Amino acid sequence: MTSFHESEMIALKDVCFSYADRPILNGIDLTIKRGEIIAIMGGSGGGKTTLLGLISGRLKPQTGSVLVKGLEVPNLRQSELYGLRRKIGMLFQFGALFTDLNVFDNVAFPYREQTNLPEEMIRTLVLLKLEAVGLRSAKNLMPAELSGGMARRVALARAVALDPAVMLYDEPFTGLDPISVGIIGRLIKRLNRALGMTSVIVTHDLNETLRLVDRVVVLSQGKIHRDMAPEEIRSTDDPFIRQFADGLPDGPVPFHYPGRDYWSELMDQ
Amino acid sequence: MRASFVQLISALGHFFTSRIDRLGLAARFAGALLVSLSIALGRLPLMFREVYFSGVRSLSIVAVSGLFVGMVLAVQGYEVLQRYGSAESLGVIVALSLVRELGPVVTALLFAGRASSAVTAEIGLMRATEQLAAMDMMAVDPMSRVVAPRFLAAIFSMPFLAAIFSTTGVIGAWIIGVKLIGIDDGAFWSQMQANVDVRIDVLNGLLKSIVFGTAVGLISVFEGYFAAPTAEGIATATTRTVVISSLSVLLLDLLLTVMMFRGLS
Repeated sequence: MTSFHESEMIALKDVCFSYADRPILNGIDLTIKRGEIIAIMGGSGGGKTTLLGLISGRLKPQTGSVLVKGLEVPNLRQSELYGLRRKIGMLFQFGALFTDLNVFDNVAFPYREQTNLPEEMIRTLVLLKLEAVGLRSAKNLMPAELSGGMARRVALARAVALDPAVMLYDEPFTGLDPISVGIIGRLIKRLNRALGMTSVIVTHDLNETLRLVDRVVVLSQGKIHRDMAPEEIRSTDDPFIRQFADGLPDGPVPFHYPGRDYWSELMDQ
Repeated sequence: MRASFVQLISALGHFFTSRIDRLGLAARFAGALLVSLSIALGRLPLMFREVYFSGVRSLSIVAVSGLFVGMVLAVQGYEVLQRYGSAESLGVIVALSLVRELGPVVTALLFAGRASSAVTAEIGLMRATEQLAAMDMMAVDPMSRVVAPRFLAAIFSMPFLAAIFSTTGVIGAWIIGVKLIGIDDGAFWSQMQANVDVRIDVLNGLLKSIVFGTAVGLISVFEGYFAAPTAEGIATATTRTVVISSLSVLLLDLLLTVMMFRGLS
């Protein structure tokens, strides 16, 4: 039985996960308190999105424990997992809007599927959520007619439709222009405060993220490399974090894919 | 020499084990689909929406194909029948060919090319763009919300489409045989009425189309659900749907025909 404190919303204890023979996460210990916003950072393929998959129950760890709201996620039956997921919202990297539904129906989807609310009330709630993300007047547009930033905002409105306790963001700033990045960043902070959520943000966007979060967890080689306050990131002389923060092409994360020596391969005719 | 032989054995082993593996995956998928059917049946509007997209939108190609197939059968049938002085049997020959065989089989092949490939591409794209994952994260089971209605729509649509194919085929044969060649109108219809049995011919034909609908529907949703999330993966999945569905329909037709019509004569 894994211990769990009331103040903890998410707790991972000694979590190991691998795809076939490729280890991704190795002995992760992470606790996230209620109301916290934390960022998970690290190189590509470092297991950041996998971590979200484990928290949401879409992936099961080979060993270790994943607790969300005190529930051991890997041991939940499908119905129990779905019960938990009604309290978890997730913003996917590119929004994952349903392409056959317009903006209004996308946001109405969770209400229609998960509640017995009358259509009039659903209309009011959807308009409230769309107003919060500034897209009330775009309610009749189809996803194909939206810009990347608008699609992400609609997806955010849909993700928070049922006022989740936990919000997971999978690279919410990827592919957005600076204005949209700023808008999404402010919305994340505002919604987190207004709805009293706990947020986990997987991201590469250092500048925007450091303005938002309470903590930054840096993953490297399947382990938590550092768990620090955002202001420490700018001042640390940790070579890995410096390479990441300054965008240096070579360093602890090598520029070249590991393989044979260049010179010997050239000579190997 | 020895190394290449080992490679050959290894490749053969991989070929068979990968297919057995996929068959097992399909069986597990079918089991999960079966479980989700009860939920999907409780939400019939979802299924009828898919019936519109898969079935109703296939009406034109099925009806026109049926008309032409019936016309061709009439031309070919007349050529043979008139040699034996039984041209009046044209109606019954065409009707039996359509109701027993061509109606269910050609409809299933057309459906696989027109609707099932689209279902595969749609589900594959939904997976690639994380729409299914988003649904799953909203505690909505994609099997009962997306997959099962499309599967049920194929089963529901197929007998109606086959019936329409056979009907327009008979009309095509009537236009050629009666209106253009000049076979007696009364003989054309009365021989058909006397010799086409509702239970043996019509119901067996409809039963065939339900079986074909089940097979084609299952293949299309399975291939879409497990399509690799790339442009090439979805293209491969749609091709596999059409090829595997077509071969399955022809194989099932042989089995069903042997079971249904063996010893009747």
